[in-house]
Amino acid sequence: MQFPSGKPTSRLNSYVNAKHTFVRISWLPTVAGLAVVGTVIRVVSFTPLEAKQGAAQKIYYIHVPAAWVAFLAFGLVAIASGVFLWVRDQRLDRFAESSAEVGVMFTTVVLITGPLWAKPIWGTYWTWWDVRLVSTLFLWFIYVSYIVLRGAVESPELRARYSAVLGILGALLIPFIHLSVYLFATMHPMPIIGKPDRPSLPNEMLLTFFVSFVSFTLLYVAFVRSRYRYAVERDRIMEAAKQHA
Amino acid sequence: MQPLTARRWQPVADILFGAWLIARKDLAIEFRTRSAFLSALVFALLGLVIFYYAWDPTAVAATDLAPGVLWVIFTFSGLLGLHRSFGVESADHAIDGLLASPVSREAIFLGKAIANLIFVGAVQAIAIPALALFYNLPLGDVAAPLVAIAILAAIGLVAVGTLFSAMAVNTRLAELLLPMLALPFFVPIVIAASQATSKLLSGRPVVEIGAWLKLLLAFDIVFVTACTLAYPFTVED
Repeated sequence: MQFPSGKPTSRLNSYVNAKHTFVRISWLPTVAGLAVVGTVIRVVSFTPLEAKQGAAQKIYYIHVPAAWVAFLAFGLVAIASGVFLWVRDQRLDRFAESSAEVGVMFTTVVLITGPLWAKPIWGTYWTWWDVRLVSTLFLWFIYVSYIVLRGAVESPELRARYSAVLGILGALLIPFIHLSVYLFATMHPMPIIGKPDRPSLPNEMLLTFFVSFVSFTLLYVAFVRSRYRYAVERDRIMEAAKQHA
Repeated sequence: MQPLTARRWQPVADILFGAWLIARKDLAIEFRTRSAFLSALVFALLGLVIFYYAWDPTAVAATDLAPGVLWVIFTFSGLLGLHRSFGVESADHAIDGLLASPVSREAIFLGKAIANLIFVGAVQAIAIPALALFYNLPLGDVAAPLVAIAILAAIGLVAVGTLFSAMAVNTRLAELLLPMLALPFFVPIVIAASQATSKLLSGRPVVEIGAWLKLLLAFDIVFVTACTLAYPFTVED
């Protein structure tokens, strides 16, 4: 396992006597934030209303890219976890930690925007018959417990291995949850009006989707980078404190 | 050719023999104390009784209620036994002795899992007839497919639960963490087992539960393999 380089003691002193400010403007979060604001403006003002669903459909431009980012985040957690168990590089563990947390945040956005859309369109906030909705809830549970597990293991080395194992098993579980909820839903009568098939989108809507996918992915990268940097600093301070003691 | 084949299968035979020794050790401890078995069994029976009062029996038939109750209780009582599986090894650092013994890590995991499977099976063997008695179910007609569901469900539950038991015991939250880690993994098992059971109890032909049995079987294959391979990563080197 690689541990952070540098002189721990002097680093600790430099944090204790910090004169420099920790708050500084970094370009990536700024660009990502502006891109998301731009996306929202485009969604609200420059994208046509959908004929049947009206304004409610506009939440898709938040909901779908957030779901994409959540899957990206958890997919990368699984890959980083697998490679971590192979090469035991601490950076992969920090990346998995960061990506999982950001993924949970985006999953929360999916779980909030989904029911908000469903209420006017389906007539109910929640239904157990929609496979994607229920699968997303369980996805959220898995990665929240991933975060709790990380918090509950004291040894950094053990924590990294445990969470890598859970990261991989979680990815293996998702198809099973999806399949079981699918079988459950299709073997029962559907009391709720089915989701209408999405017709081919006009170009303005497609462009808005494209813009929001790009801006959300950028936001994911920015968040993960910030969270990763936090993890690096935290590990350095922990290491320095251990050497100091 | 005979010696070559024998040598090729020797590692597998060693693992299985080691696993059997570990399982026998755990079952001997359990058989002499009976603490986990009795608490899991009483928990399961209490659960069956309490759940009966959670519904209006004049509005919901017992046959509609029973499958869900059975598999939820099965999962929760399983967790009681699973926690003990590695909990007993933490006293006096017994796990260090186990890891130092000349059996492979995979054999330790499989041994623990086999002991847990016998444990869970023994609880089921009493709880399922008790369910039939309390809820007045005609289980006799569907006994064979129900046993198949129970075995498939138990294997998946025990594979995942044994691994998480090994992990949870080394955390600050210990027994609080095990249900949180394991329950999302039990979701496909509970859905498949209770849906298949309710089909059987409502008199549907066995072919209709084929998809659920396949799902349980696939779950078992994937997670027994994955958890056996993952276990060595969860113990201290």
